[in-house]
Amino acid sequence: MLRIVAEHKSRPGPLIEILHGVQASLGYVPAGAVPVIAAGLNLSRAEVHGVVTFYHFFRDHPVGRHVVRLCQAESCQAMGAAALTAHAKRRLGIEFHETSADGAFTLEPVYCLGNCACSPALMIDGDLMGRVTPQDFDDMVTAGSRT
Amino acid sequence: MSIDVYVPRDASALSLGAAGVARAIEAEARARRAPVRLIRNGSRGLYWLEPMVEVALPRGRWAYGPVKPQDVPSLFDADFLQGGAHPLSQGPTEEIPYLKSQQRLTSARVGVIEPTSVADYVAHGGYLGLQRALAMTQAEIVQAVLDSGLRGRGGAAFPTGIKWKTVLDQPAAQKYVTCNADEGDSGTFSDRMLMEGDPLALIEGMTIAGVAVGATQGYIYLRVEYPHAYAALNDALNAARQANYLGRDIMGSGRHFELEVRLGAGAYICGEETSMLESLEGKRGEIRVRPPLPAIKGLFGQPTVVNNVVTLASIPIILARGAQFYRDFGTGKSRGTLPLQLAGNVRRGGLVERAFGLSLRELLYDYGGGSASGRPIRAVQVGGPLGAYIPASQFDVAIDYEALSGIGALLGHGGVVVFDDTVDMAQMARYAMEFCAIESCGKCTPCRIGSTRGVEVIDRIIGGVERERNLVLLEDLCETMLQGSLCGLGGMTPFPVQSILKHFREDFHAGTRH
Repeated sequence: MLRIVAEHKSRPGPLIEILHGVQASLGYVPAGAVPVIAAGLNLSRAEVHGVVTFYHFFRDHPVGRHVVRLCQAESCQAMGAAALTAHAKRRLGIEFHETSADGAFTLEPVYCLGNCACSPALMIDGDLMGRVTPQDFDDMVTAGSRT
Repeated sequence: MSIDVYVPRDASALSLGAAGVARAIEAEARARRAPVRLIRNGSRGLYWLEPMVEVALPRGRWAYGPVKPQDVPSLFDADFLQGGAHPLSQGPTEEIPYLKSQQRLTSARVGVIEPTSVADYVAHGGYLGLQRALAMTQAEIVQAVLDSGLRGRGGAAFPTGIKWKTVLDQPAAQKYVTCNADEGDSGTFSDRMLMEGDPLALIEGMTIAGVAVGATQGYIYLRVEYPHAYAALNDALNAARQANYLGRDIMGSGRHFELEVRLGAGAYICGEETSMLESLEGKRGEIRVRPPLPAIKGLFGQPTVVNNVVTLASIPIILARGAQFYRDFGTGKSRGTLPLQLAGNVRRGGLVERAFGLSLRELLYDYGGGSASGRPIRAVQVGGPLGAYIPASQFDVAIDYEALSGIGALLGHGGVVVFDDTVDMAQMARYAMEFCAIESCGKCTPCRIGSTRGVEVIDRIIGGVERERNLVLLEDLCETMLQGSLCGLGGMTPFPVQSILKHFREDFHAGTRH
């Protein structure tokens, strides 16, 4: 954490870059990171906490081995995102922001992945999927459960 | 001699399996000892044909699509490397009607070139604009942009040249050029396609902006949902630096310009320019009260150009071909071309760059081929989540800023989301309010509280609780948000809701449809 802070602190407006660094290495931004980052940047803890909680992308809790982000925006709605979402929640036995019992998947909503000509879309970790059917989702779950 | 085969690395093409197709072609070529050079291009934007494979023949490029990995052996069997006949053959790429009838200026190279190759970029007319700009005075560059009639393509449609002139006129030791690449509107992907398929056009446009206004540092504020664009931009930045098109003493001109990509963190509001500046400074993306304008007091309190990706990527061709060339496209006060994005429930979704003035009907049916489901199109939302829903009776409207605003709609960033007749418009109105509640930065009350109350009121209407009284309340709430919000999020969320009240009111009376 200190290394990530040190790497970025001399750049202009470094806080979000640092939070990205922390989340990339730990999967989330633990509460314990806040005072360390605050001290490193000469900010108050409230300021850092305020930024962490403002952005949907930053999490303060650990996630599963894979993070699946299901698009909920209009274009995907027009192509059955609501049904796909219901299927996904049923298949994994969880709601949004929860992690499946085997620790493999965390499900999160996202508002547009820029894949709107191939709706409905989801992103698993960094990989984008388009025209996703419930069968595609199940295949992804089967593959991801093993890795 | 090897034969060039193109398989897109565009995120949408990858989402349909392009990586597997590329691997299959490589493996098959190895097994057959076929002399293939695989090039990973951007997408042409014909998404119903993706993954679309192109072969470079002496007589031009030949398209096959949509290709699955298991189709690859049969493509080789059909001698696709020589343009052989195959059920997936689409013929010469440039002759595909969807593409042939377009007027691609800004996206001319997208899907054509190898995205991060400076040599390929230059071979297709790249960096000619910068070269011209370096031989002009700053005022001349700004004048050219003014004369082109270019207006901000992010959604607000503010004349770009006026912004630049304001920044140029500020005396300041440090100025900035920032690119708003927080393309958050559902139904839009032209920024993404450009950044993945022709990132150097954006980089060149920003460099010209830097030279024009006297800024030496630029930032691209990119949404975190676009990891493929992030990689392409960083590769392109490195390539531009190595070729001395970026950095110190650009092309021996004595001018300096540095550029960096910064990632957002999943906040729609950061597409609002002042919120984006706050976020670039590492803060909560709460909007700033204007004035002062960013052009006067922007990033870190300094004069700052804030433009969208498509706006900045249109700059090189304006400088290379002249303001008049660009201005000759379009109609009225909407000059040039706009990359429209056709999305949602549509048969042939994709990128359609045309001069302003095309009718919505032509876009939906001639290009789009109607709905994907085969059912009648009931509504289209133009301009993202803050745009109005347009009913079928108004599909003859021309796609330009003034004509759309004339029917109470807006063009925004050019996204068009299609819905068939199974859509429940009361639910779409509810979603508009819900989205605003999720994404509100919280700074002003009409947006922060109004959106939540909006969801509640719509729930009561849908549930049949004092329906008429609550409809009046909803109209009143829309008016309050519209008049009282500090920025476009709260101030425009009423647009889709009001358009539904006006054109699809019956859905509020139907109860929840299934």
